[in-house]
Amino acid sequence: MSSRDSILDKISSIKVERKPLPEIPDFEVAEDLRELFIRSIEGNKGEVIDQTQLKEFLEINRFIKVICLAQEIKVTANLALPDDAHELNDLEVAIIQGQFGVAENGAIWLTDENMCLRALPFITEHLVIVLDEKTLVSNMHVAYQKIGDQHAGFGLFIAGPSKTADIEQSLVIGAQGAKSLRVVLTNL
Amino acid sequence: MSHSAKASEFLKDAAQSKWHDETLWFVRDKRDTISKTIPEWEQLRDLASQIKDNVLAHLDGYLVEFEKNAQKNGIKVHWAKDAEEHNQIVLSILQQHNCQAIVKSKSILTEECHLNPFLEQNGVEVVDTDLGERIVQFLNQPPSHIVMPAIHLKKKEISALFHDKLQTEKGNEDPAYLTHAARLHLRDKFLRAKVAITGVNFGVAETGEFLVCTNEGNADMGVHLADVHIACMGIEKIIPRRKDLGVFLRLLARSATGQPITNYNSHFRSPALGKEIHIVLVDNGRTAQLGREKFKNSLKCIRCGACMNTCPIYRRSGGFSYGSVVPGPIGSILSPGLDVKKYSSLPFASTLCGSCSDVCPVKINIHEQLYEWRQEITKAQGTNAKSISMKIANGIFAVPFAYKVSGALMRGALKILPDSITYSGLNTWGKQRELPASPKESFKDWYKKNRS
Ligand code: SF4
Repeated sequence: MSSRDSILDKISSIKVERKPLPEIPDFEVAEDLRELFIRSIEGNKGEVIDQTQLKEFLEINRFIKVICLAQEIKVTANLALPDDAHELNDLEVAIIQGQFGVAENGAIWLTDENMCLRALPFITEHLVIVLDEKTLVSNMHVAYQKIGDQHAGFGLFIAGPSKTADIEQSLVIGAQGAKSLRVVLTNL
Repeated sequence: MSHSAKASEFLKDAAQSKWHDETLWFVRDKRDTISKTIPEWEQLRDLASQIKDNVLAHLDGYLVEFEKNAQKNGIKVHWAKDAEEHNQIVLSILQQHNCQAIVKSKSILTEECHLNPFLEQNGVEVVDTDLGERIVQFLNQPPSHIVMPAIHLKKKEISALFHDKLQTEKGNEDPAYLTHAARLHLRDKFLRAKVAITGVNFGVAETGEFLVCTNEGNADMGVHLADVHIACMGIEKIIPRRKDLGVFLRLLARSATGQPITNYNSHFRSPALGKEIHIVLVDNGRTAQLGREKFKNSLKCIRCGACMNTCPIYRRSGGFSYGSVVPGPIGSILSPGLDVKKYSSLPFASTLCGSCSDVCPVKINIHEQLYEWRQEITKAQGTNAKSISMKIANGIFAVPFAYKVSGALMRGALKILPDSITYSGLNTWGKQRELPASPKESFKDWYKKNRS
């Protein structure tokens, strides 16, 4: 017998009392979603900025290797996406459009459609996500309702920059992934 | 060596063990603080527990559904009855791709299967990419905690280690500097690896997708740069519906580290163009545990580590004292299921204070199962005296450490603690709002009753 069948057989031979699957209530939060979202992102060591601040950030640092996939943001230098993600290794900034944000934890939903190359939000040195504040939802239950049966090969809830506390529990931002996360909240 | 003997080793460095104790307590405290900001916290724990109950009652059906959907999405699904078969499957995929160097991200399952030494024997270089895991890998040690693998080490030791392995400045102990050095070192490994291995936090039957949650982004750096992603998943990681993720993601990081969510929560549904995803579904003792009525609930574990952070024994004895892949309270009920002789002392490494069960996000009755294992082990002593009686006796007699702490904590003394042990960690514990109920009988009483 294959391992598959022997594992499944073993399980079906065990009598476990049948238990129903519970329904999940909404647990709506009443708070101001925008304010809660900003607090969450800041708690995760990200920053919420506006378009002017984004412009300043790009200018002051004189970034030259920038990829912008967010339609409403115009940047002067904009590199084309390479075919191979390895070529992104020295990318300084990636600007990506987020689909929606979750107020309770700052998580932003992205799929293949937004990233084009799945490595993009991780390998870039700095990550900027553009998000329409009207898309904010309160919590993860509503978030998954919103995702519904959307079919993406890869989906990501991203809530902050890469971080670690593996050395004596001291928080360090910029472990293996992006060293910073800036969220540009827009209201169109 | 029994738990107590190893615990005594750990306690030799008093300053370090005190730091360990207090640091984990601090993490526990963060978990408390954030859980109190969620009014429905207790309801979420109930839901998570009920969902997992349902999973355990229909595991075969969900596994078949998961497999079918994953295959539909272009994922290759493999089944392994034990660690050996798991390792062989992984190796054969690597061989098909002529791959001699891989990157791996936090996977307790691959630790459980001893994948690293197996691959290394077969000429494959394995690089663990979680910072804490890379540190312990350099030291040839297993992780001492399932969420904080290097929590037993001080920055001084890590600085010396990195000076040796990564040529960092001698004596530079700055965590940011050391983390940056590891970043550069690992970046190079990510860029070269053709195959990346990850663990799995949740597999969703309804969609065939699976989730990997990290804060460092190391799992994603590995898999998105590699051509092949191998995801190793214990069969108990299945959840029925996508919307169940809402419940589990709200609980996981808050319970683990006191943060509202991990920074990266990746949902893998199908491979990117021209790439491959493999899932290895692993039994390795899980079906046996499912068949043990009293202990099957241990399979609900989502590996958050909260029971370790709160456990007065774990905090004071360190992860290595358990000698098992998963240490702490949950490890002490999972490990005897794998090898009751080898791990006979673990169920005794507890005060039965119940704090683990109080914090567990999926409401596993951990302390009750510890008690049950003690019964089983004691019973085994009577029925099969020749073969394991000595081991069992060791399990019971060789626990002066657990016994001492039990003595201090258990004898109705949660409220009035002796001065000698009233330092902050313990004190806070005593004052804790979710004060664990005093156990009905002391270890001594229990032992008296059960030894005959
Ligand atoms: S037993 Fe519960 S508290 Fe312990 S690691 Fe598992 S889920 Fe977390």
